[in-house]
Amino acid sequence: MSFSVTEASSRQKWFAGILVVGYALITMLPLFWIIATGFKSSPDAIAYPPKIVFEPTVEGYVNLFTTQTRLSSDAAVSAPQDLPWYENLVRKKGMTIVGPSRFSERFFNSVIIGFGSTFFAIVLGTAAAYAFSRFKVPLKDDLLFFILSTRMMPPIAVAIPIFLMFRYLGLNDTHAGMILLYTAVNLSLSVWLINGFIDEIPIEYEEAALIDGYTRFQAFYKVVLPQAATGIASTAIFCLIFAWNEYAFAVLLTSGTAQTAPPFIPTIIGVGGQDWPAVAAGATLFLLPVMVFTILLRKHLLRGITFGAVRK
Amino acid sequence: MAEVVLDNVTKSFGDTVALDQVSMTIEDGSFVVLLGPTGAGKTTTLRMVSGLDTPDSGDVLVDGRSMKGLMPALRNVAMVFQQYSLYPHLTVRQNLEFPLKSPLLNTPQNEIDQKVAAVSEILQITHKLDNKTTALSGGEMQRVSIGRALVRDPSIYLMDEPLSSLDAKLRADLRIELKGIQANSGATLLYVTHDQIEAMTMATHVGVLDSGKLVQFGPPREIYENPISIYAASRLGQPRINIVPAHLFEGAPAGAKLIGLRPEQIAQGTGEESFVTRVEHLGDQTRLHLSFKDHDLITVTDAHTELKTGDIVKIKPQKPFYFDASGARIAGREN
Repeated sequence: MSFSVTEASSRQKWFAGILVVGYALITMLPLFWIIATGFKSSPDAIAYPPKIVFEPTVEGYVNLFTTQTRLSSDAAVSAPQDLPWYENLVRKKGMTIVGPSRFSERFFNSVIIGFGSTFFAIVLGTAAAYAFSRFKVPLKDDLLFFILSTRMMPPIAVAIPIFLMFRYLGLNDTHAGMILLYTAVNLSLSVWLINGFIDEIPIEYEEAALIDGYTRFQAFYKVVLPQAATGIASTAIFCLIFAWNEYAFAVLLTSGTAQTAPPFIPTIIGVGGQDWPAVAAGATLFLLPVMVFTILLRKHLLRGITFGAVRK
Repeated sequence: MAEVVLDNVTKSFGDTVALDQVSMTIEDGSFVVLLGPTGAGKTTTLRMVSGLDTPDSGDVLVDGRSMKGLMPALRNVAMVFQQYSLYPHLTVRQNLEFPLKSPLLNTPQNEIDQKVAAVSEILQITHKLDNKTTALSGGEMQRVSIGRALVRDPSIYLMDEPLSSLDAKLRADLRIELKGIQANSGATLLYVTHDQIEAMTMATHVGVLDSGKLVQFGPPREIYENPISIYAASRLGQPRINIVPAHLFEGAPAGAKLIGLRPEQIAQGTGEESFVTRVEHLGDQTRLHLSFKDHDLITVTDAHTELKTGDIVKIKPQKPFYFDASGARIAGREN
């Protein structure tokens, strides 16, 4: 729905186009660099001047997913002929694969914790926001302010008490603990954002649904939720991005079982020298889920405003 | 269909008394129109019956059954909202199907299709059935909104100015349709309007509300011909009733402070002189604006009148209404 008074001239369009493409290139350059580095060999990754054209290799990805050890000379001689391609790749450097690395495990932790906490933050946030928006909640404004106030300091400021509490409760290094923590941090954001979206939906729709033979919950589910979907989707993206990228708490509270990808990826550096291609490969894979999630929900984000069929 | 009784219903919003001890019996099959200016409590009355709001005191009974504590869904009422309230994420068809698909009714699909087809035919929206409601004009939205009520078979229909944003022709069509549907099906209908033609032509009973109080309730002709107060008299009549001091004319009974003259209560040709200040030819009738002893009067005269501004017309009250200082009607001498 365009409200432009006059159509932009073709010169203006060109100018705007160049500006947008230029800005996009600048913001995406680091991303391209990371993706490219993931496919470089170790010498190429640290070459100076940096190599823009290089011979691509998946060595970084193989290193990322495996643990290796130096091959003894005897073993090298008695090597069997029908080795898989990734073993051959590693053997060129005089190494052999001894097992999978921890990366897929950590990555999977990130998926569980990131999406799990997003799910809970959205479900609880929607319920709370609906109540704030539609019911007479005593001290509503104070409560909303209180919820917002949890955002007024950086979450890490409460790291020590949370660490102690988690230790006491046995939540250290557990999936449940991390989901709980990220849900708690995201909840204030989701309550406030979704509250705003639900406030914009006129209450008349629900009243109509109540008259039409639906219960309050059915009216919420059938009438409010579809209209708030756009807002809820964008809130979910924000929540996921926070939980997915969170580093400080993850370093502090997880070490083994529940460690997420962000604290793990930098530790790859220590494996057999500075393995930049492997780090870049890890970062690339780490970017994918949020990217896919955002692209999937993009339709909702851009679907546009539903003009309500309510006479104002 | 059902009889609906409001029994001493009182409702306040904060300090504002929206309804003050309103009692009303809406007989089975009757068409009750509520009249009154904004804030008189018309919409609140509808919301009391629907269950969207509940009375502070008093009760609403449907067929003798108290509605206390019953959710709107369980009251089996259909309502047309003033603000349409069409579900924007659904198509016109889905909007019309919505009440039929509720868990309470759970109508079979072939029956739904039949009803939707029949109602959309009446409301002339068949060609819009697969449109999004957001792509409709105001008048179309209002028709869909009426249709969403008509697909059901409730104990009472509640309609809040359902024809207000339609153009004149459609309004006239739908007035006849609605009255026809109501008369044929024997539906009970509670209807809010500002439109005097709607009130006079459709209503079996008119309820006049004044600041939350029901001041008069009866057939429209009774309200028109025998109003109990200036307020009630002013609700109906186009042009409006003229209210001037009673002493301007002879023959006022004792205690009468004001005289109320509907256009047809001003006899022309005899009596005292007045000046024509303005002549409005409306086609089927002509309105005369008169100046009488420094008071303005509006009356109706022959459509083809030769009268023009500055002419003198003799006028005389004919069976007027007399009111005391508070505006209450007092019995007048027939003259």
